[in-house]
Amino acid sequence: MSKDNQVLEEFSSKEYEHGWSIDLESDSAPKGLSEEIVRFISLKKNEPEWLLEWRLKAFRHWLTMKEPKWPNVKYPPIDYQDIIYYSAPKQKVQPKNLSEVDPELIETFKKLGISLTEQKRLTGVAVDAVIDSISVATTFKEKLGELGIIFCSFSEAVREHPDLVKKYLGTVVPSNDNYYAALNSAVFSDGSFCYIPKGVRCPMELSTYFRINAANTGQFERTLIIAEEGSYVSYLEGCTAPMRDENQLHAAVVELYAMKSAEIKYSTVQNWYPGDKDGKGGIYNFVTKRGICAGDYSKISWTQVETGAAITWKYPSCILKGDYSNGEFYSVAVTNNYQQADTGTKMIHIGKHTRSRIVSKGISIGKSQNSYRGQVHILKRAENARNFSQCDSLLMGDQCGAHTFPYIDVENKSAHVEHEATTSKIGEDQIFYCLQRGIDEEAAIALIVNGYAKEVLKQLPMEFAVEAQKLLALTLEGSVG
Amino acid sequence: MLKIKNIHAGVENKSILNGINLEVKPGEVHAIMGPNGSGKSTLASVLAGREDFEVTEGSVEFLGKDLLAMKPEDRAREGIFLAFQYPIEIPGVSTVNFMKTALNKIREYRGQDALDAVSFLTLMKEKIKLVEIDQSLLSRSLNEDFSGGEKKRNEIFQMAMLEPKLAILDETDSGLDIDALRIVANGVNKLRTKDNATIVVTHYQRLLDYIVPDYVHVLYQGKIVKSGTKELAMELEEKGYDWIKSEMEVA
Amino acid sequence: MSVTTEKQSFSQDLIASAELSQFTEATASREKAFEDFKLVGLPDGKHEEYKFAPITKLLAKNFNADELYSKPTASNNDLSSLIPKGLGENCVVFVNGVYNKSLSKIKNTSKVVIKSFVEALESHLHVVTEGLTEIAESKDPFALLNSALWQDGLFIHVPAKATGEEPLYIYHLHDATEKKVASHTRLMVVVEKHAEFSIIERTDSLGKHPVFNTINEEILVDENAVFSYCKIQDDHGDLIHVGNTTVHQKKSSRADTYTISLNGKLVRNNLSIIIDGEGCESHFYGLYMTDGDTLVDNHTTVDHRKPNSFSNELYKGLMDGKSKGVFNGKIYVRPDAQKTNAFQSNRNILLSDTATINTKPQLEIWADDVKCSHGCTTGQLDGEALFYLQSRGIPKDTARAMLLYAFAGEVIDAIKDEHVKNYVDSIVSERLHKSY
Repeated sequence: MSKDNQVLEEFSSKEYEHGWSIDLESDSAPKGLSEEIVRFISLKKNEPEWLLEWRLKAFRHWLTMKEPKWPNVKYPPIDYQDIIYYSAPKQKVQPKNLSEVDPELIETFKKLGISLTEQKRLTGVAVDAVIDSISVATTFKEKLGELGIIFCSFSEAVREHPDLVKKYLGTVVPSNDNYYAALNSAVFSDGSFCYIPKGVRCPMELSTYFRINAANTGQFERTLIIAEEGSYVSYLEGCTAPMRDENQLHAAVVELYAMKSAEIKYSTVQNWYPGDKDGKGGIYNFVTKRGICAGDYSKISWTQVETGAAITWKYPSCILKGDYSNGEFYSVAVTNNYQQADTGTKMIHIGKHTRSRIVSKGISIGKSQNSYRGQVHILKRAENARNFSQCDSLLMGDQCGAHTFPYIDVENKSAHVEHEATTSKIGEDQIFYCLQRGIDEEAAIALIVNGYAKEVLKQLPMEFAVEAQKLLALTLEGSVG
Repeated sequence: MLKIKNIHAGVENKSILNGINLEVKPGEVHAIMGPNGSGKSTLASVLAGREDFEVTEGSVEFLGKDLLAMKPEDRAREGIFLAFQYPIEIPGVSTVNFMKTALNKIREYRGQDALDAVSFLTLMKEKIKLVEIDQSLLSRSLNEDFSGGEKKRNEIFQMAMLEPKLAILDETDSGLDIDALRIVANGVNKLRTKDNATIVVTHYQRLLDYIVPDYVHVLYQGKIVKSGTKELAMELEEKGYDWIKSEMEVA
Repeated sequence: MSVTTEKQSFSQDLIASAELSQFTEATASREKAFEDFKLVGLPDGKHEEYKFAPITKLLAKNFNADELYSKPTASNNDLSSLIPKGLGENCVVFVNGVYNKSLSKIKNTSKVVIKSFVEALESHLHVVTEGLTEIAESKDPFALLNSALWQDGLFIHVPAKATGEEPLYIYHLHDATEKKVASHTRLMVVVEKHAEFSIIERTDSLGKHPVFNTINEEILVDENAVFSYCKIQDDHGDLIHVGNTTVHQKKSSRADTYTISLNGKLVRNNLSIIIDGEGCESHFYGLYMTDGDTLVDNHTTVDHRKPNSFSNELYKGLMDGKSKGVFNGKIYVRPDAQKTNAFQSNRNILLSDTATINTKPQLEIWADDVKCSHGCTTGQLDGEALFYLQSRGIPKDTARAMLLYAFAGEVIDAIKDEHVKNYVDSIVSERLHKSY
């Protein structure tokens, strides 16, 4: 026992690998939030009047709202006037291609392990990189363009495809949806936009990397993905931030819109800076992600691997409106040291014969608290709806906590809803079996944890699965003395 | 190779092994028999280094080193292999992945380079034939939803992969039908060389028809009360363990 | 005026008028409870624990604030018909919240002390005050309200090593033939070391005027004691009931609870099991079978505070008509409670297009060496099983009734007391045969 604890303690002492910051001369707004700041952001981005109005409406509503207190997380009050709401890396001219991008930025991405050019050449993944809320480079644009696929920064979409943006912005996550969504709607600075035309199967993974670089900066990006009838897209999102002593706010909004028979697969590997081993610093990751299966036979699948952030508050959800539509949520959330996660999903069954599946694997280490919170709601008209949920928690060390809060609300008798949850510690007999085969304790734990999370990891596209496995092992890593 | 001297061990003040002495030389096969609760599996666990059991007295020397001072994984790396009576299930971890990790950790310990994917697969294919195990089984989660026979065969497959110097088979025959028993025993026999040794822990004699021991020891109340050759096992089968018990009581 | 403000004002009305009332006994603890109640008030629709149980709304609709706690009135009717045949041999009866001596028949040996709560406050003051702590800590608005306004109650003391005692039946009867009734009752049971005892509780009422009833129950099961508790609600009146039951288990004790809710307007059961010793075993079963516009809301909590204990929970629901079922089950495993095994299962069947179920099983674990799980299902009858029975010549309705009976049977079969089991069984099967 004591030996286990010792090993676990050493696991807890792993350092954050992405904790460096590059001096990019940034073009920032002054600290604080007011109508002026909202106007400043909109002006900076040369936005049309309607978008400014939309932002202002969101801002005015935000002023009337209160921060949610129900999540199972604790943190000191956030001073919303002490945050910089807009910070763009300084660049005189918009880059036309990668060679024009600030070399220091390219360096940033190399350090992240994602050289844009490299990725472009080797894996055929189209990458949009967002640094401090500004999209800095989108690769593969022409090739996608031939298929009619639009994949660009949000700002560009506002300029080039205003009708699409205007039509769908805020339709899945209204600007007054919740406190952080309202805040985001008022101050979002950039993000990714993606449109897949009717019948097109996007031939490559689309990918966005988010990074917070500047100090005292909040990141508020928005992602909007629209999949027209019969189309398919797989979208990946990765995030990192430098080590800083103060907490930084990340309040993003992601909206997915799937038409008839369309499928959107959205994968996240979240590795924001989690704070140090004493709980100092780290990102507050307060994110609203929601997709609507608007058409019949549509499908939305969320996969997330959450290893970073001091506090995570996010519930990627599916509104299953179309008949025979399908929602999935696969999640691995690891918390270590003083990290807190309150994450899960909502599956709202509206259409007939709708199906949903939830697989959540929580891993709590050190002094962390890990909560699953989810809702399965079968509305009255949702004939023959089906849901299966599996929520497992693994505890490592005797000072952490694992919590499960599933809400199951059924209003139709033909529904079939099944929920299972288990909580246990890592099996000592499993560890011994590994030891007996010559595998040391640390490797054994990594092996067992990866196995435990397998059902989720295998949902990730290949390149991401490898990264996620490494990240998991890294979170668990330490040297055994 | 292995010298067990006066081992006493138990759990929470309950003594299970009460002074075991045993020497195993390279090339030998020793069978350890005994009624339920005599301490057979405890002995196997103590040798493999399971922390649940506390060794209170005695020593074990393995290839000239103090075995009891070693961590379980180092014992494995030195060449001790325990075929578990109840092989453990590890969801999400395939046998292939498990073996690759184990083999490379052992190679690392021995100062050898890790095997690349191709050599590993070549080795694996070779060993698969030896134990007649279905290759598809190896890409499934380790022991999960395996039948009793499949689990035991998987143990022997792992043994073939890791090429131990001393293999301890803990009730490997339990829960096996006659065909599976034959396959498992064949595997073990094929792996025998003049340099390695095997300890077969079993309740019944029938496994010994297939894996012929050089020595048979009878364990009772934590002690070896009788040692002999293959004939002793036959005698036990015929007379039953009550024979030993009554003989002990007389003594 | 919006609904919310109406409810708020109802809560305020209650506070304003109840403050003036006078009680003679246990004034200090009543005052404390009332002060605490003032802080929380009656729960509105946003209250996390009461969002599916609109009790305040119902109360505001059916009662004036000062009617919620007025002095109990006597009944002029014979209520003995409400006591089921064969289950009235050893019983304590409350009528409109007041201990009724003439209807009560106590056969327990003199070793077991059974007396009114008011009397016990004098004779067993230290036992009573010690036992009061758990409920006093509760922040449930209705538990606080009861602690402030209780009218009468029962105290049961089972001395150490007392075994083989007759099970005691407790009836809470209300006469609402002429006017509405509000009653607030307390129950305290202390089962000392190595003793065994079992109680069966039942509510029922006469007449169709609304009845509001709260019961606070504190049960202490001391080391190595065995306790069984069965609560049967098959109330034929317009009952709004809120029960707060706390079972406090000490080392190596065992408690079995059965909560069977079959009727009433709105039934809310808060059952809290506190495992405060090693080696405890706790089983809790629930069956809610509702029809019409009945709402049954079961909130259960098992709080593992000490290591090496076992708890198992099984709640099953069958909802028909426009009825609603609510289940909320919490399992807490505190940091010290290593080696805890805690299991929970909630299964529901919706029988009509207008019935609903809201369930929230909840695990909160702060110890690592534990095995905890919960499972929850909502569905229909197994179509294949139904077809199988039909293919053997059983008519569909009968087949349905058989399967539903089997579904409920898992809980009924767990009841150990044969009389109680047969009684519950008879109500359930009668109900099923009437409907299908």
